[in-house]
Amino acid sequence: MIEGSTDPAPQGPRHRPPARGVWQQFRRHKGAVAGAAVFALTALGVLLGAAVYGVDPQYLDYLSRNQGISLAHPMGTDNLGRDTLARVLAGGQISLAVGVAAMVLSLTLGTFVGVMAGFFRRLDGPLMRFTDLFLALPVLPLLLVGIMLFRDPLRAALGPEAGIFMLIVAVIGLTSWMQTARLVRGEVLAVKEREFVTAARGVGAAPRYIILRHVLPNALSPITVAATLGIANAIITESALSFLGLGFPSDFPTWGRLLFDGVPFLEIAPARVLWPGLAISLTVLSVNYMGDGLRDALDPRVRRH
Amino acid sequence: MSRYVARRLLFAVPTLLVISFIVFALLDLAPSDPTAQLPLTIPPETRQAIRESLGLGQPFHIRYLKWLDQFLVNEPLNLLERMWGIEIGDSAGRLRVRSWATRAPVVDLIASRLPQTLTVVGISYIVAILIAVPVGVFSACRQYSVFDQAGTFVTMVGFSVPTFFTGTVLIVVFSVWLDWFPSIYDTTHRVTDLESLLVQVRQMVMPVMVLGLFNAAQLSRFTRSSVLENLNQDYVRTARAKGVAERGVILVHVLRNSLIPVVTVIALGLPTTFAGAIITEQIFRINGVGQLLIGAIEGGDIPTVQTVTFIFAVLIVGFNLVADVFYGVLDPRIRYD
Repeated sequence: MIEGSTDPAPQGPRHRPPARGVWQQFRRHKGAVAGAAVFALTALGVLLGAAVYGVDPQYLDYLSRNQGISLAHPMGTDNLGRDTLARVLAGGQISLAVGVAAMVLSLTLGTFVGVMAGFFRRLDGPLMRFTDLFLALPVLPLLLVGIMLFRDPLRAALGPEAGIFMLIVAVIGLTSWMQTARLVRGEVLAVKEREFVTAARGVGAAPRYIILRHVLPNALSPITVAATLGIANAIITESALSFLGLGFPSDFPTWGRLLFDGVPFLEIAPARVLWPGLAISLTVLSVNYMGDGLRDALDPRVRRH
Repeated sequence: MSRYVARRLLFAVPTLLVISFIVFALLDLAPSDPTAQLPLTIPPETRQAIRESLGLGQPFHIRYLKWLDQFLVNEPLNLLERMWGIEIGDSAGRLRVRSWATRAPVVDLIASRLPQTLTVVGISYIVAILIAVPVGVFSACRQYSVFDQAGTFVTMVGFSVPTFFTGTVLIVVFSVWLDWFPSIYDTTHRVTDLESLLVQVRQMVMPVMVLGLFNAAQLSRFTRSSVLENLNQDYVRTARAKGVAERGVILVHVLRNSLIPVVTVIALGLPTTFAGAIITEQIFRINGVGQLLIGAIEGGDIPTVQTVTFIFAVLIVGFNLVADVFYGVLDPRIRYD
């Protein structure tokens, strides 16, 4: 007890945990908070909504085709009489799953390349040339080509649904890690020169330990921002591929595919295009706002007190 | 400076070679067979002969080198001949990259599609710059004003909403409901007089706006942050202190300095815009280069896909180089050693 009173725990604003400071900073950014709320609502709605709403998205009802908004079908029906709300909810699950999975893949790749290039001087040149090479690739044409090549073999090997899911996640992840790698490398280069890393080196810590224990936690802020923006990018890319008819199939739709399927019926049922499009736009907008707020909150230079 | 450009050029060549190899090798793995669509009554040996006539009988490295030769040597020679009306060597017997679908030289196919893509992409990019730079400068000068807040929100929406959604919404509103603009871009339309020029303008409004607003959103955000950065510099305070009018400070001092990075971003963004035009062309049914690529991918027309994809890569590497050189020329503080 005496120890506690003579040696007071460090207090005051200077010593508050960094996570709380970031949260307070994040809360000041109204757009970011609204974005986080909208994104959380969308994710929750899509995950629970399908169960609560309880309508089979594949149920065909030929007698009520191309209907407008009604009590039975809050978002109308498509040309086969399938309920649009149920399809938007089901499609949202896949769209969000693709976004998160592709982001995780691209983030892992980018962080790995960035840390390796930043930490080991010998790897820096080759890895960064490799990154530059990937940045010079025409991404959209290559994505389309990759899907054309591997769609059928993968669908045969893993089944139609898992096959196309893995393929889309893989091609998006493999073509979007470069920005993360560059950001992480820059951060690692700076952190590497700090005293605590030199100290760790001095007591003989292995590189692996230094990276996991000292470098990565300090390079977390660019990774977090890249993660949020990565989700937005992956959702947009996936829906663009589906919109070009080279993404998910019609019986296993994402928001992008629903939009693509709705285009021929623009004149009869314009609402069919509207709902999935709004869902994509709102999700991406909210994620972008979140990323904006996170960047401001994590960057000490733009902190407003 | 010239040494720097030379070094960058030297680095661009191996980059392009590696990319050409990746593109060629990736597509060579394709399971598609150019004779798959032919009737089953054709005997196997004829089928094999057709394949060989398309150049498929040879091993991989020979085909790769031949394609490189045709694309990098023969086609530029053809271009030179056509430009100056001269003949260099054996121009009739020169091999060309041919499409499997139409048997026409791929470069001719691209040349016939390029004007449509260039007009739409070019004009939309100009529109984007004309919107983005004034908006960016104005919202930076009035930071946190109503205009700035609204502008930030609109740009955020602008690059979050995908072009295929804005495009379809515009079609619903302006073609289906209001019937102001046609939803399909007619590329056979020829401009001969004022009347036909009006028709051309009307059909271009929507594609140009969709692509232009999307690019304007990104550019204006960039312009805004660049101007903001410069407004805090010492030279701005000096200019104000010596009594330069605010208008002069912004338009002469700040604008010139803050446009340097904007110009490089404009150059860097052009190839991406070309690739993005693939989607816009699909929405408005413009038969440009993007639609050629999509059609070739769906039809398994490998030589066309290889060539178009590689041209996109050439554009990216080329404009990266242009951006770097611009930066050096415009900003005397940058020294390349």
